[in-house]
Amino acid sequence: MELKFILESILFSAQKPISVKELRDILANAAELEDSDATVKSLAKTKEADISFALEQLATDHETAARSYRLACVAGAWQFVTQPEYAQWLKALVGQKNRPTRLSMPALETLAIIAYRQPITRAEVEQIRGVSVDGVMQTLTERGLVEGVGRAEVIGRPQTYGTTPAFLEYFGLGGLDDLPAADELRRIIIEKPPAPVTADVGLATNPPDQLALETPKEESQKAE
Amino acid sequence: MAEYKVKFEVFEGPLDLLLYLIKKEEVDIYEVNLTTLATQFIEYIDMMREFDLEVAGEFLVMASTLMYIKSRELLPVDQQVEVEGDEEGEDPRWELIRQLVQYKKFKDAAAQLQSLEARQENVFPRLPGKIEFEDAAQAAKPTVSIFDLLNAVNVVLQRFQKKEGASREIFEDKWTVSEKIEFVMKTITEKGSVRFSSLFENAANRSEVICTFLALLELIRLKQLACAQGEDFGEIEIRKAQLVAPVEMAPEPVPTNAVPETAIAESTETTSEGGTSA
Repeated sequence: MELKFILESILFSAQKPISVKELRDILANAAELEDSDATVKSLAKTKEADISFALEQLATDHETAARSYRLACVAGAWQFVTQPEYAQWLKALVGQKNRPTRLSMPALETLAIIAYRQPITRAEVEQIRGVSVDGVMQTLTERGLVEGVGRAEVIGRPQTYGTTPAFLEYFGLGGLDDLPAADELRRIIIEKPPAPVTADVGLATNPPDQLALETPKEESQKAE
Repeated sequence: MAEYKVKFEVFEGPLDLLLYLIKKEEVDIYEVNLTTLATQFIEYIDMMREFDLEVAGEFLVMASTLMYIKSRELLPVDQQVEVEGDEEGEDPRWELIRQLVQYKKFKDAAAQLQSLEARQENVFPRLPGKIEFEDAAQAAKPTVSIFDLLNAVNVVLQRFQKKEGASREIFEDKWTVSEKIEFVMKTITEKGSVRFSSLFENAANRSEVICTFLALLELIRLKQLACAQGEDFGEIEIRKAQLVAPVEMAPEPVPTNAVPETAIAESTETTSEGGTSA
């Protein structure tokens, strides 16, 4: 009996998303039950790494078979979900669900900044966005997408913010590493391009050592 | 008089406006002509003023930064005033461009999040109803009614009635219901299931019994505990109720039908025990 099918059956019957750790516990508990057979007992000590691997395989299997339902890992827990293409029929089945209002662009931008740079203070967010974020922060907090996670080690000890597990669920993300372009945006530095920024005529002063020769020419061109 | 604040939906802030202007020029951020940009920006602010729109402070700050940059460009370096505190080689142009590039990246990320949001609305998780199994291990349990419980506590109280017959002392209530709630939960957690009578083994007097009984009732009401009675008027067994708590994710799932465990039956039902006085 393959581990991945055992896991499939568990996830099929589960009432909530299940994490790898919980699956491991279920496998261990199954072996404790009275009438467990040799197979069950042999899987009692399955390692989390093996479970993860089996789950990945299972997910790929479903994808290859182009099933209408797939295995998804959201906020660190696994469950079966339907593909969005079938939404229209599912809405007919369960009725139009109460959709929370979609987030505005300013809200999404603020949320993106917090998601990639957490933990981050309100002031730092405002610095990146160039505007005050008070209203937006309140909306995001009320929606349970961001929360205070601590205090910064600077004067004033301002509150730092981060995203919640509900944030991951809302966007269907497995974890923060699944954010689009995570590796690029989670870094702080934007590299200065190697070429000097000011080679163009329209831009201002060239680096000082070049200036002496070209000053008169540039000034006349700037006369508009 | 309330001030009407009409914001340009598109331009939430100065960076938004700058990015818009840059896009209009169809140039790369790194190659933009900051002088022209500064001029256009100021024009926009003037236009906003003309329409009597509130120009937020951030726009003015940005305008002054742009003016500063523009002024630096117009003067040859040797005639520029060194701003105090300006670090060696600090280039306000680079600062601005860096800020713009960073902001643009987050805007793009936000757009991607938006499509994820839209996609997730169409994703439905599988949440089947709870699988109900006939629990063969436990003996058949007729539901325990309030009368059974009152009967049981009455038996316990009988113990004390005999003892306290003569004494008229008024004792201070030393026990609170919340303490007893903790006590009951602790006992049940330790022992798995307890007999009704054993909860009152160490009770010193009527008040304590009553306190414990009230705690028990409260826990049953909160569905934290479940009772079972093997035979009529027999010993009542108490244990933790199995909690049914379907977790709901952002996309609304098919509602699960939670069948509650052996909870205490309404007193209007079935068993017609003789009412007892507590």
